[in-house]
Amino acid sequence: MKNKVLKRIVLFPIIAYALLLILLPLVYILFLSFCQNDSYGGMIYHFTLSNYLSIFDITYIGILLKSSLIGLVTTFLCICISYPFALVLRERSKNVQNLMTKLIMIPFLTNSLIRTYGWIVLLRKNGVINSALIGTGLIHEPLGLMYNNLGIIIGMTYTLLPFMMLPVCSATFKIDNNLIEAAKDLGAKPLSIFKNIIIPETLPGVFNGSLMVFMPAIGYFFISDILGGGKAMIIGNLIKNQFLTARNWPFGAAISMFLLIITFLLIYIYRKLGGKLDDLGGM
Amino acid sequence: MKHKTLKNLIIALILIFLYLPIIILVLYSFNTSKMNVLFEGFTLDWYKNLFNNRTLLEAFTNTFIIAITSTITSTVLGTIGAIGLYKYNFKFKSFINLLLYIPIVIPEIVLGISLLSVYTLTKLELGMFTLILSHISFSIPFVIVSVRSTFSKSLDTYEEAAKDLGADDIKTFFKITLPQIMPGVISGATLAFTLSLDDVVISYFTAGPGSNTLPLQIYSMIKTGISPDVNALTTLMLLVTMIILFSLTFIQGRKIVGEKK
Amino acid sequence: MKTVVKLENISKSYEKGKYVIKNLSLDVYEGEFLTLLGSSGCGKTTILRMISGLEHVTDGKVYIDDKDVTEVDPTKREVNTIFQNFALFPHMTVYENVSFGLKMKKINKQEIKERVTEVLKLVELDGFEERYPSQLSGGQQQRVAIARGIIMNPKVLLLDESLASLDLKLKKMMQIELKKIQKKLGITFIYVTHDQDEALTMSDRIIIIEKGVIKQEGSPKEIYEHPNSVFVADFIGESNIFKSTIIHIDENKTIVDFDGKHFSIPRNEKDEIGKMVNIMVRPENVTISTEPFQNAIKGVIKTIVYDGSITKLFVDNEGDFDLRVTVKGSVDYKEGDTTYIIVDDKDIVAIREENHEE
Repeated sequence: MKNKVLKRIVLFPIIAYALLLILLPLVYILFLSFCQNDSYGGMIYHFTLSNYLSIFDITYIGILLKSSLIGLVTTFLCICISYPFALVLRERSKNVQNLMTKLIMIPFLTNSLIRTYGWIVLLRKNGVINSALIGTGLIHEPLGLMYNNLGIIIGMTYTLLPFMMLPVCSATFKIDNNLIEAAKDLGAKPLSIFKNIIIPETLPGVFNGSLMVFMPAIGYFFISDILGGGKAMIIGNLIKNQFLTARNWPFGAAISMFLLIITFLLIYIYRKLGGKLDDLGGM
Repeated sequence: MKHKTLKNLIIALILIFLYLPIIILVLYSFNTSKMNVLFEGFTLDWYKNLFNNRTLLEAFTNTFIIAITSTITSTVLGTIGAIGLYKYNFKFKSFINLLLYIPIVIPEIVLGISLLSVYTLTKLELGMFTLILSHISFSIPFVIVSVRSTFSKSLDTYEEAAKDLGADDIKTFFKITLPQIMPGVISGATLAFTLSLDDVVISYFTAGPGSNTLPLQIYSMIKTGISPDVNALTTLMLLVTMIILFSLTFIQGRKIVGEKK
Repeated sequence: MKTVVKLENISKSYEKGKYVIKNLSLDVYEGEFLTLLGSSGCGKTTILRMISGLEHVTDGKVYIDDKDVTEVDPTKREVNTIFQNFALFPHMTVYENVSFGLKMKKINKQEIKERVTEVLKLVELDGFEERYPSQLSGGQQQRVAIARGIIMNPKVLLLDESLASLDLKLKKMMQIELKKIQKKLGITFIYVTHDQDEALTMSDRIIIIEKGVIKQEGSPKEIYEHPNSVFVADFIGESNIFKSTIIHIDENKTIVDFDGKHFSIPRNEKDEIGKMVNIMVRPENVTISTEPFQNAIKGVIKTIVYDGSITKLFVDNEGDFDLRVTVKGSVDYKEGDTTYIIVDDKDIVAIREENHEE
């Protein structure tokens, strides 16, 4: 039947893609993570759990903890910026909301690395911010705004902010006005409206945003490289080094699997909160 | 949050934060000073310089070749795939559907290194081809999600109505289905294009010698020292991107205006 | 009369062993307005889709114009459908919508233009060619949908709950208009609805369907006045249905007892003394009086609903049963009044179901 041929033609590319470019790479990484590394950067196909055990080595635990902390602070800052923005815009017309959502997007049409480079110009010792502050006499010595954790956090927050703003905005704009009117009518104060209506209604959105902020924030090695000055390592740098510098692929694969497990766990929670997979990563 | 000015101030501050690094780069691309500190005077020298900087220009063209090729390919494949997964049932369909979410949700670095490993395993030489393949790979799921959001019960009925009036499968697709899902296809393409231009991490692992992209070039320059040409190039890149994306939105907008007029 | 559509023992099942339609046969005659009436999920739309070819039959045969079309693709069947919500293509103008089918047949442009002009005139939409569906009212959209269907000169036009989305006033207007168009064209219409009013107003013949099976067929008058089952009596119009017992059988009539009152119904061969018979009386055939009459049922008026041209009364007989009464105009009664209900023998319909309550 003609229909069967059409079905094959339509389905073949997508299934081939899913198997070859999604499933195969992940299965291969899983396989690598159980292999042994030889001292010349090659792999020995011999089953071992040692790569996973090495993650809990004291040096790596430190990087894991620090990286997670940076990720958490970044996520928290993104939430703190997104809520006021969304709440103020909630009261404006649909047109203003659409315009503002577009305005959030425009800076992100340039590459994230180029924007990070823009931050160097702003943050360095003789950069725009320090020069301006010294020029106005507020400070006398330039502030150390980059080549430290502060720089990484500024860069991460900036780069990942839209991933939080968009879901928080769309969740906030969707809240039924009657809910808030009803709460006001019953005498609720702004703070209690925020706590009892806004937060529960936007929770899946915030969780979606947190997922899309936290995971890159522990993986974007180029930001910590550029703004952290190479001294500060996050999990992303660790993986990158295993693959490109230290050439210990099995260990790099094991850390990657570790990240994957965390991701799937977070997604599981997100689904439990009532979130939809289709809304993830949607810009 | 009682005062209107305070509310406006919040919006303004956030927007300034978002635009600051870009405005600075655009501004300094016209600055006579090489140091990027004070604005000393207006010049177009950096733009002239740029046209002699072969490495940068090549990286710039590479970036757009990759973005355009991968956008077109992933939009076509993603659209066909989304339709196929919507219309047909087969064994393991839910498994394939789940797989398709993976590139959206997993950390880019994991996708990057896993693609790199497979290219090494299959002895694919790293270069433009692997870069384009990788960009197609992370874009397709976004196109699928975007196209899928335009499927609805009424689309099914439109297709049935077309069949009822004598249109075969191919005609129904081009006359009914495609115009109806066009908004999803265009926003999927926009997303694919933006993601490709924005990507650093996956390109970093899957690029090879002679296939430098602009971000990778700047990355290596940051370590050795950056010339203000980069500011000029960034400004150009922003311009080209905006033109492409606005024309995409324009096409989409005109279609909608046509229907609602 | 010539048969245009013939369904021969058709069945449809989506899951093995579960039938939506079971062994159904039906003849549709040329030029008639046939309505498939049933509640939602009864299978009526599935029947329609099997005629149009959008749904395959699991078993049985479909004939259109004496040709076996069971395996023929919907694109090649000479029937057209007016869908629920009309399914007008939103990205096409009225002209493009109406001419779509002819374009698919590769008819030349000049002829298409003439035929579109003609058909738009027929549905009184000339001058609307360049409008988009979103710029039309519900009634106009409906007419575009009809135009798009009839321009194909189909043997049969299938209408799937086509008036359901219109508001009540427009619906009433479109019912008459639809009937007018059908008479003018002489095309067979097969109309699917769950709305009994609609069915009674428009149809030449009604088929009542329940759980994929034909319950009764006949003209609106036959079905209203002589329902053959409690289901049909209940489904079409309002009714009072009581279980009565046969107490006497005469040469040509049977006497039944209900609540101590006796009524006479035409005799049926299978009647036996002591057997139960459902008797039905329409609310408008019930007379009420303040004076006690012989053989009158005593009751108390519970609720009075004034509905403009008629008044509905709900009468309660000390909790034993409820009775609905419809009176023209208004009444002088108050809620709580005691009343006597008189039912004439000639207004009683006996419903003897062969195998009721399956």
